[in-house]
Formats: sequence, C-alpha cells, structure tokens
Amino acid sequence: MPALEADGVFKIFGRRPERGVRALREGRTREELRSRGLTPAVIDATFSVDPGEIFVVMGLSGSGKSTLIRTVNRLLDPTAGTVVIDGTDISSLDAVGLRRVRREKISMVFQHFALLPHRTVGENAAYGLQVQGMNSSDRRARAEQALDMVGLKGWGASMPSELSGGMRQRVGLARALAAGTDIMLMDEAFSALDPLIRREMQDQLIDLQQRLDKTILFITHDLNEAMRLGDRIAMMRDGRIEQIGTAEQILNNPVNNYVAEFVQDVDRTRVLTAANVMEQPVAVLGSTSGPQAAHKLMREHQLAWLLVVNRDRTVHGLVWSHDVAAAVREGTDVLPLHRAELPYTSPDTTLSDLFTQAASSPAPLVVRDEDQRLVGVIPDVTLLAAMGNGQSNGNGQTLENVPVGIPAGVDHGTEVR
Amino acid sequence: MNEEELTTVIPGVAVGDWVDQGVDWLNSTFREIFRAIGDVLGTLINGLIDVMLLVPPDVMIVALALLGLLLRSWQFAVGSALTLALIVAMGMWIPAMQTLALVVIATAAAVLIAVPIGILAARNNLVSNLVRPVLDFMQTMPAFVYLIPAILFFSIGYVPGVLSTIVFALPPGVRLTELGIRQVDAETVEAGQAFGATPRQILRGIQLPLAVPTIMAGINQVIMLALSMAVIAGMVGADGLGKKVVESIATLNIGLGAEAGLSVVVLAIYLDRLTAAVGGSGSDKSLRSLIRRNTTARRQPSTTAS
Repeated sequence: MPALEADGVFKIFGRRPERGVRALREGRTREELRSRGLTPAVIDATFSVDPGEIFVVMGLSGSGKSTLIRTVNRLLDPTAGTVVIDGTDISSLDAVGLRRVRREKISMVFQHFALLPHRTVGENAAYGLQVQGMNSSDRRARAEQALDMVGLKGWGASMPSELSGGMRQRVGLARALAAGTDIMLMDEAFSALDPLIRREMQDQLIDLQQRLDKTILFITHDLNEAMRLGDRIAMMRDGRIEQIGTAEQILNNPVNNYVAEFVQDVDRTRVLTAANVMEQPVAVLGSTSGPQAAHKLMREHQLAWLLVVNRDRTVHGLVWSHDVAAAVREGTDVLPLHRAELPYTSPDTTLSDLFTQAASSPAPLVVRDEDQRLVGVIPDVTLLAAMGNGQSNGNGQTLENVPVGIPAGVDHGTEVR
Repeated sequence: MNEEELTTVIPGVAVGDWVDQGVDWLNSTFREIFRAIGDVLGTLINGLIDVMLLVPPDVMIVALALLGLLLRSWQFAVGSALTLALIVAMGMWIPAMQTLALVVIATAAAVLIAVPIGILAARNNLVSNLVRPVLDFMQTMPAFVYLIPAILFFSIGYVPGVLSTIVFALPPGVRLTELGIRQVDAETVEAGQAFGATPRQILRGIQLPLAVPTIMAGINQVIMLALSMAVIAGMVGADGLGKKVVESIATLNIGLGAEAGLSVVVLAIYLDRLTAAVGGSGSDKSLRSLIRRNTTARRQPSTTAS
C-alpha cells in the first residue's frame, strides 16, 4: 500500500472553482480559465509515494508545486480529487479527523522555517508534541532527541534568532522529526539556504531518511537538488505533472520537449552513478587459473586486460595482456597480477567523482558492492561516452538498458577455471 | 444667509430629532442599566484616585521612575522623575493623578473591548467589513459630541467623561489588533495548522504572541487618545487637569492654563515612552532586557553544532 496517494487532484482559485474543473476536463486551456477569473494552480495531479521513498516534486515558481503539497495535508482543500494517506481518504475528514491525521501521520518543513520566534529552540522542536498534549518532561526528552539527530545537541535553550539560517532549518527538521510521523512534507525546505549549507542539509536528509525510513514528499525548484534527493521525481509545469520517473529516466527519456529542455543543462556527471554506466566484464578469470587460461581467454575476446576474481566474487586483481603473453613465453605458472591498487568504486558513486580516479590509473574502474563483490567495470571510454547525452556507451547499448547491478554474481561473463 | 434660505429640491431630514428621540428612548428604557454601569465605573475611578492620592507624591514619583528604569532606560527614569516633580511643584499633582486614573480606567476598558473585537475582525472578513465603518464613525465624530448623550445617560462627573473617552479611544486598539494578527507570517500559522493545532492553540500560541508589538502600538495610541479626551472630559465635570484647563479658559487665566497644559504634556510623554518600550523589543538600556540578557547568556550552550 502506498504511504500517500493523490488521485486526480485539482486546485483552482477563484469564485465557484468547480466550473473550472469541468472546463479543464472538457479540454479548455489554462488561459481560457484565466479570462473567466479562475486560476488553476494544480490540474489533475495523480501520483503515489511508497513508504520509505523520497518523492520529489520539481517545478519552477508558479508551476503549482507549493499548492500541490498543501493539498496533501489540506492546508488547502483540493477543488476535486482525493488524497489518501495511509489508507485514510483525508479529503472527506472533518476538522477533528484532519487534525488527528496531521498530528499522527504527516508533518511539514517550511521554506522559511516558520519557527516561533518567541519560543526557545527546544520548545519549537517540541511544538508538534505540545499540540498533541504531551506532558512537558516527555516532550522535552523527545525534542532533545530530535535536535540531537539533526546535529543541534545542546542548543535547546537558545532562541531561534541566535541561530544561522541552516541551523534554523535544522530546528524545522527536528520539529517534524519529533512529531514522530511517518510522512514528512518538505516545501522548498532548503531553497532559502546558501549552496554549501544546502548541500550539507541534503546529505543530512538522505542520511536521516536511511536511518529512520521516513516517507518524504519534497518540493523544490532546483533540478540538481531533485536529482540528488529523489528516488522518483515528478516534473511539474503550469499545474500539470509532466513526467514521473527516476532521475535517470527523466534525464535519458524525457517525455516531451519541455522536460528535455529542462534537463539539458543538468550536470549529468552529478546525476548518473557508476551503476548507471557500468558494464559487465566480457570475461573474468578465476583466481586459481594460470597464465595459459588467461592468455586463451584474452585472445578469444580480444581483451587488453582481464579481471581475476575469487570464488566469492571478490576481486583478486587484474592482468594485462602483455604481461600474460610474457608469462606464457617464460612458461611460468604464476599470474602476472597488476601491481598497483585497482581503482575501486561503489555503484552509487556519481560520475563526477569517478573522473579523477579514472585518470589516475591505467586500469578500468572496478565497481564493487558493499560486500566487496564485483558488480561491473567502467573502462575510460565508457565513462566518456556516458557524458555524450546518453546516446550510447562503450557497448553500443543505450544507458537505460544497462542493468543496475548484478544480483548474485557475475553470471554474464564467461568464467574459466 | 440662513440655511433655510438655500434654494434646493432636497427635502429636509430631521436626523437630529431622530437621534434626540432615540437617546430619550434609550435613556428611559435602560435607565437602570445605565445607573448600574455608572455606579461601577464611578466606584472604580474614585477608588483608584483615592489609592493614588493616598501615596505621598514623592513615593509615587520614585515608583513611576523605577517603572521607567525597568522598561526603558535610566535616562528616561531621571527625566520622568524631574518632570513629574515639576507637576508637584506647580501644584497640579491632585488633578494630574485624577486625570491619570481616568486614563488608566478608560484605557483598560477600551483595551478589554478592543482586543477581542480586533481578534474577531482578523479571523472573519465579514466582521472586519462591518466593524471598519463603525470605527471610522467613532474616530471622526467630533469628540465633544459624545459628551452630550453621556451627560444625559450618566449626568455629570467622571462617568460620562470615562465613557466618552472609551468610545473615542477604542478604534486604534481594534484596528491595530486586527492588523497585528493579519500580519503574522502566513507560513508560521500554516506550521501550526500542519502540526494539527486547533484554531484556539494557533491564536494563543502563535498569532497573539507574534502580534504583541503591533497590539502594543495600538494600546499606546489608545492611551494617547484617552489622555486627549480626558482633558475634554473636564467639560462635563470630571475632576482633573481637564477641569483646570476649562477653568482657565472661563477665567482667561493664562497662568493656570499653562500649568495644567504642561502637566498634560508631562503625563503624555511619560505614558507614550513607557508603552512604546513595552511594545518594542525594548531598548537595550532597560533593566528588563539586561535581566533577560543575563539569563540567556547563562543558558547559552558551550558546545557548538557539528
């Protein structure tokens, strides 16, 4: 069951907005409605957010994203459509039921922090709990804990005015965390922060999300932020959701020109990860094999290098074809392993972080999972091709066809023992 | 030329007669209620005046100066002590205290009425639209006009003075309360809603505290208007500086007029500066902010955020 589901949500401002819904369904444009005194802010938005997912709604100002997020917890009542939170259709709730959902299920972080300037940081963090009627010692403990999580341990007695912008937003985050809801709405939460702090907060959010498994609906106008944070991204324009997909899908398969133009300036190297561009090695060598087997394999596949793996798929090393040829000539049984440390990397490293490594070693980048097992390789040429707008990589495959990681082991490569 | 001689097709309308009859009707119908209100107000004012005159002027001046020190600065405290002493020196202390009591009571009543109306107006556009023209009327009607029905209802003395002062001084209290609440950052109010606060929790926990500076500016205005009206109230027999001014006009006594007028100025400046200091975050020189600074400094954490 999705944690959050919006179905056919419309939000239209103006007198008797229902007529706008009808008109839009009949195919009238936004401009036609404007001339009738109606402003459609959200048009037929349908999406669902899975538990534990960071779902980003990305759009420029005026695209309706902030209105959309407010219909989710009914700070604004949708003109039409339903919003289901954790199985409850909140569009039909009365004021009491709605307050219960807001207290128990869904909290919010605001663009300009929206802290109470006359209360201490600790009291601000505990706000949601105070509203719920929790006693003061319990809520102080919970607030402490939340402040601790966001790196503000010991600041509970300060006033918000004594804090920097980044720290204030941490208080906003702590307030949402302390409320203990599974779903968090974040309305341009980091947009008011300067770039360095923003980056830091993004990292912290990802980290917190992984630790606490929150479901997050994040609104932003910053595409790079969307790509960095979002498990999935909804691209919004003029009130409509144009496309929903992962960062890679949106980057490589934009549904229309608008999205394509939007993403063309994105720094692909910061979005695509090693897992997106890596290839399976054509062949790998068992670590117990000798130079003869290596020689045969390399000749067969026309390879300049070959990875040597252990039985548990961990990487033993790499051999170069000229070393192998020399070893065969000398008749030795010992594999002439490449001496230097191989350039190892993990599947979620972004391309931008791979370049230095790739440049500093003649060997291809070796992608390993958390258990040090081989999942793929990235030769220099693949890395360069990945930057060329996703047309092709080294294998002539399109990027999205590259499997993301290999589950059990390197089954696709030929293995000789 | 007389008004009757004007050439016009517009028929005469006897607004004055209607009001006259209306007031008569009110007076005969609610006589008991008016008498009760009058008794309560009269007792309150006379009680307060008695208390204020029970305290020797020297003690009173020191107390008022200390209040100034607590809320504003030592310069203000010294200044107000000197000017208040001047009132005593001019022999205007008793009427000054009578006027001060009248202002205090009228202000308290005006605020008690104005703030709730302001809150309602801020939360409801209909109320706001209804209240605004009424406030305009109350503020622009020449102040003397209020005195006439007040005398009819309550005869002469403090009570009609206080009541017409309340009516005259009320509007800025309502207006600035409404403004203050409407001005509260929308996102902060949304934060309250988003965490499931009830409208009452939002009002008490967010809107009112954040509107305090503006509401205090309104109360400051109420006090200033009350003081100016309290002088006019001297015409209906309310004892105090106003009565001295009226007396000085009647007898063309310029000396008495100057002394009474100067006393009014001293009171006005004292009250204005004092309430302005309460409304703003306060000057740094006040005892209050000094105390606050010291307590927060002690609470300041020694560790910094990572």
